[in-house]
Amino acid sequence: MGYQWNFDWLAGYLPILLKGISITVELIAVGAALGVSLGIACAWVRTLGPAWLRPFVSAYVELIRNTPFLIQLFFIFFGLPSLDLQLTALEAANLAMVVNLGAYSCEIIRAGIQATPRGQFEAGKSLAMTPFQTFRHVVLVPALQRIWPALASQIVIVMLGSSVVSQISVEDLTFAANFVQSRNFRAFETYAVATLTYLVLAIMLRKVLDGVGWLVFPRRKA
Amino acid sequence: MGQFTFFDILRNLLIATQWTVILSLVSFVGGGIVGGLVLFARISQSGWLRNLARGYIELLQGTPLLMQLFLAFFGLALFGVAVPAWLAAGLALILWTAAFLGEIWRGCVEAVPRGQWEASSSLGMGYLQQMRYVILPQALRVAIPPTVGFSVQVVKGTALTSIIGFIELTRAGTVVTNATYQPFLVYGLVALIYFCLCWPLSKASQVLERKLNVAHSHH
Amino acid sequence: MSLIAITDVRKSFGQNEVLKGIDIDVERGEVIAIIGKSGSGKSTLLRCINGLETIDAGSIAVGRAQLLPGEAALRALRLKVGMIFQQFNLFPHLTAGRNVMLSQMVVKKTPKVQAEAVARKMLERVGLAEKFDAYPDELSGGQQQRVAIARALAMEPMALLCDEITSALDPELVSEVLAVVKELVAEGMTLLMVTHEMRFARDVCSRVVFMHQGRVHEIGPPEHVFANPKTPELRQFLGV
Repeated sequence: MGYQWNFDWLAGYLPILLKGISITVELIAVGAALGVSLGIACAWVRTLGPAWLRPFVSAYVELIRNTPFLIQLFFIFFGLPSLDLQLTALEAANLAMVVNLGAYSCEIIRAGIQATPRGQFEAGKSLAMTPFQTFRHVVLVPALQRIWPALASQIVIVMLGSSVVSQISVEDLTFAANFVQSRNFRAFETYAVATLTYLVLAIMLRKVLDGVGWLVFPRRKA
Repeated sequence: MGQFTFFDILRNLLIATQWTVILSLVSFVGGGIVGGLVLFARISQSGWLRNLARGYIELLQGTPLLMQLFLAFFGLALFGVAVPAWLAAGLALILWTAAFLGEIWRGCVEAVPRGQWEASSSLGMGYLQQMRYVILPQALRVAIPPTVGFSVQVVKGTALTSIIGFIELTRAGTVVTNATYQPFLVYGLVALIYFCLCWPLSKASQVLERKLNVAHSHH
Repeated sequence: MSLIAITDVRKSFGQNEVLKGIDIDVERGEVIAIIGKSGSGKSTLLRCINGLETIDAGSIAVGRAQLLPGEAALRALRLKVGMIFQQFNLFPHLTAGRNVMLSQMVVKKTPKVQAEAVARKMLERVGLAEKFDAYPDELSGGQQQRVAIARALAMEPMALLCDEITSALDPELVSEVLAVVKELVAEGMTLLMVTHEMRFARDVCSRVVFMHQGRVHEIGPPEHVFANPKTPELRQFLGV
């Protein structure tokens, strides 16, 4: 095949790509922090929280898990303004990622809570803690520790999924790649570079999350 | 543009849904076949084949599906011909699905206890016989719920093919929105249709999972 | 010629040498009990004879088959010796009958009708003729282990290796399995068994091997080994 690979353009467009990377990183940082918080709240409702709230949380979780992220994004960005809720593209992207990760992490964290030995709840009760105190101080951290690898994987999945926010003109890494390839006419090389960049980001994010787990959770001595 | 009734919108979306369904089926079946190859490479006794499969899985699971679609689209174009969107979409989704299914199935094969390998070895079976008669039949049972569960990801994944110009449900949603200026209604309906496609699969996966856990049931 | 000739067998896992030169010759029809503390290498030895572990040095020969590297040599060896495991390892997706039929059909290419006839005969031999169509999870541990014995016997091995075959059983189920083993002994089957059942070892075995730290520490007829242990290690192990 006579195709000539060409990466000469890379140096000139590096600043644009770096800008895109920074937006992608920002998106996942906000998405992960708020999304997991939302997930914890929802998992609490579904396991120990008030019964009347549970159907709403279930509906939310099922709805999000069974529709494409791209549609959630479009609905938030294009659809919500008809409810007079006008969001910038970046806000919409942030919101969509939080809502999306919230639903997935709810299910993952719930599994962690449900794996808590019965005795832990009873011990909390016998120490005169309220159910919420038991959840907060006794159940939650071991539950998160139990499912941390699964949660970390899900966060990475959401980061990779964030590449579609370019479709509402959020200037993330994919947006930058789209822009670059429209100028350099080297679409394949440009997307190859972007793809490998995502791969590196995914590996680094995984390491960061493993590190967070290592720092936050108590470790058993070997 | 005001002449679009609710039923016009719904009809247009449902027509496009056919393509979402067809692409999902093709991707799932094709991905299953390629995924089988990935599985066998991943658990083979040859070291380089195992590493190749692991690299493949890590690459496809560690990069966005959208990038893979772009690469398929522009990569195929390097061969000179104009690439129809359906071809790039189908190819990328098959390869993507194969990576995930291959990895899911590997987990299922590895969940078969070591003793099963040892017992079948001690009876004189070779690798392929062990696989065919002892390991895969057991792995298959465990594999069904997560495999059905992953089909949901495939259906949702097809939405991204709208971005490279394949006309399916999401793309139709955008087109109809542009014609009607009713994004709330249209994207709401699109979401609802996706939900109707995906939710039964999710539920089926959960029910199968529960059945598998409750029973040691061959009966 | 000995049926099983184990000559200077050595095996290490990483730094840890588990077998430090084992020599045992087993004659046809002999019943040998291998006893010793856990970690003494007795299970590893048994697994080496079946080729489940490769050996680092020495040789193992069963009949005329040598334990050599390579799939073909391994299978030749395995066709001559059957193995029964502590955890039974029945195939859970197959009925008891199918468990016994499978390897006959796929390894020996026995026609189905014949394999089924053999399976029925073998299950009858272990007293489970009526359980032909039962799945493993419908059987008690003792019954599962008897099916496992039938499964091994169906391959017509020259010898059987038993790796703590009663250790995973509830106490009340041990005797039914041992009864089957006793019958095999009476029929002249060659047996090598790793066991904790000292009384059983004393009653049915022709020789007892006491392993200690990867070596054969004492070997001899049970009346000598049990009644007259020569080394302090064996005395301590037997608690006398």
